[in-house]
Amino acid sequence: MASSNGFIRKYGVIFGLLGIIIFFAIESPTYFFTSSNFILISKQSSINILLALGQMFVILTAGIDLSDGAIAGLVGAVAAGVTVATGNLFFGLLAGLGVGIGFGIVNGLIVAFAKVPAFIATLATMSAITGITLIYTQGEPIWNLPSSFDFIGQGSLLDIPFSIIIMALSFVAVWIILERTKYGRHVYAVGGNIKASRAAGVKISSVLISVYAISGLLAAIGGIILASRLGTAEPSAGSGYELDAIAAVVLGGTSLFGGEGWVVGTIIGGYIIAVLNNGMTIMNISAYYQEVVKGLVILLAVMLTSFGKKYWNE
Amino acid sequence: MKSLILVAVMVAGIAVLSMAMTIGFCVSTLNNPYFVSFTNGAKAEAQLLGINLIVMNANNSNSTQLNQVEDLIQRKVDAIILNPTDSDALVPAVIAANKAGIPVITLDRSVNGGKVDMYIASNNVEYGKLEAQYAVKLLDGKGNVVLLTGIPGASATRDRSKGIMDYLSQYPNIKIVANQTAQFDMATAMSVMESILVAHPDINAVIAENDEMALGAIQAIKAAGRTGITVIGGDGIPQGIQAVKDGTEAVDIAQQPYKMAALGVSAAFFIVNGLSISPTSLSMPLFPVTKDTVNQWIASGD
Repeated sequence: MASSNGFIRKYGVIFGLLGIIIFFAIESPTYFFTSSNFILISKQSSINILLALGQMFVILTAGIDLSDGAIAGLVGAVAAGVTVATGNLFFGLLAGLGVGIGFGIVNGLIVAFAKVPAFIATLATMSAITGITLIYTQGEPIWNLPSSFDFIGQGSLLDIPFSIIIMALSFVAVWIILERTKYGRHVYAVGGNIKASRAAGVKISSVLISVYAISGLLAAIGGIILASRLGTAEPSAGSGYELDAIAAVVLGGTSLFGGEGWVVGTIIGGYIIAVLNNGMTIMNISAYYQEVVKGLVILLAVMLTSFGKKYWNE
Repeated sequence: MKSLILVAVMVAGIAVLSMAMTIGFCVSTLNNPYFVSFTNGAKAEAQLLGINLIVMNANNSNSTQLNQVEDLIQRKVDAIILNPTDSDALVPAVIAANKAGIPVITLDRSVNGGKVDMYIASNNVEYGKLEAQYAVKLLDGKGNVVLLTGIPGASATRDRSKGIMDYLSQYPNIKIVANQTAQFDMATAMSVMESILVAHPDINAVIAENDEMALGAIQAIKAAGRTGITVIGGDGIPQGIQAVKDGTEAVDIAQQPYKMAALGVSAAFFIVNGLSISPTSLSMPLFPVTKDTVNQWIASGD
């Protein structure tokens, strides 16, 4: 969005990421600052970034999707379970993606037609979906998956991990949709000013349903990569992932009030979280301190963004 | 004929004794194969004894579990079998049950207060010590070790870490090059281990405080194309036992959750019928499953 304060917001988050990278590069030049470690960081961030890209659609409409982690977990289980049951990867993936989009649409219908606030609606579906995963898996992990299933999260094309390729393609698709299409403008418009968009003839309910469906789809892709990466669909997979996804979106400068955001920022936000996790583990920083540092960095980054906005406006 | 009558009398006796006996079974979580097997053991034993078992899952939340115990007290169950989410936070729940005169049996974790009629658990310090012992043995007392610990602050984490650290401290040539939490979770363990592998080209062994983390570490080692790293886990979940069979996990310190919970239900059965049990605490044996003993373990059916 070409608002005057967008400039500082964008550069703020880029400098944040660069600052963290430079810090770790100085602390651990031999291990952290290597191309193989950057590929690893990209691989580790791919699941969170997929969820965050979906989350971004929802947040742009001033909503929130607390259920995307739960959807990722259920989809991983369904994709793995159906693949094992039918012996056919294609059916497994189809079922998984279908479940993801399906629950996304359910979220959208509740928000658009029952007028339940997104926070409550998706909190409720998060709980229900987590329960459905437990019922489906009976609490047991699904493993002994065929090697074709493992390829999605473990394989590489031309030395680039397949999960990174999926993330990159999803990023390009999301960028085009949000920045270059009429639909994308509608998504921004619904979050920016719902009355004006309705007056301008935007079908609010279709936009709302579609953003939750997209969030469900991207969470589904993330969930499939997660299960494939582990070679196991765990009943508890994905729990808490929604928070990292929301953090990435907000770090990237998307407003929780909707209408403002930047797709590249979401990617950078996801990378900030992944670089922090990777760098602190490489430095063997105690888990107790890691949590504090992560919290402070996220807080600092968001404060800088909002300070930048304020400064620019005055 | 005589024995047949005896059996018939016993069966009738059990049926009478357990008539309308209702027992509340509070499990900390069902997100984990260990506790699923645990709960299945309780259900099977309850069915055998004709007990109506109410299973409550606290999803690892202390306050949820406290509410569940209070609900069971309201329902006036005959006994409460508690697998506490936390040893301190559930003390008020036990005291409330004591006040209502309902017997309490704690399983897998202790509760640091109130009156508990029976306590059955594996010794987690011993668990950690066994893992460390095997690490030392397999590395010939020398090498670089990565430690993957459980949820920070959880009693299982504290005890297993204590067992591991106390034992390893006697071996100065064993060096802990990285000590990180992986939250008892496979996905977390994989990411953490991937990063650790970047920083340490010279790792000889990984000690993980449960199987899920050991399996995550195995995935990370596989993804990084590294070899020659001994992975040690514990709990004895089916996937862990399979990994021992496949040779990717060197040792799995197996527990017996199914038997533990079944014993808990029979203890409750006796206590409710006014039979006193001694001793009032029982330590479930741990069984280190290695490639040599894995078939024996599978045959034993736990």
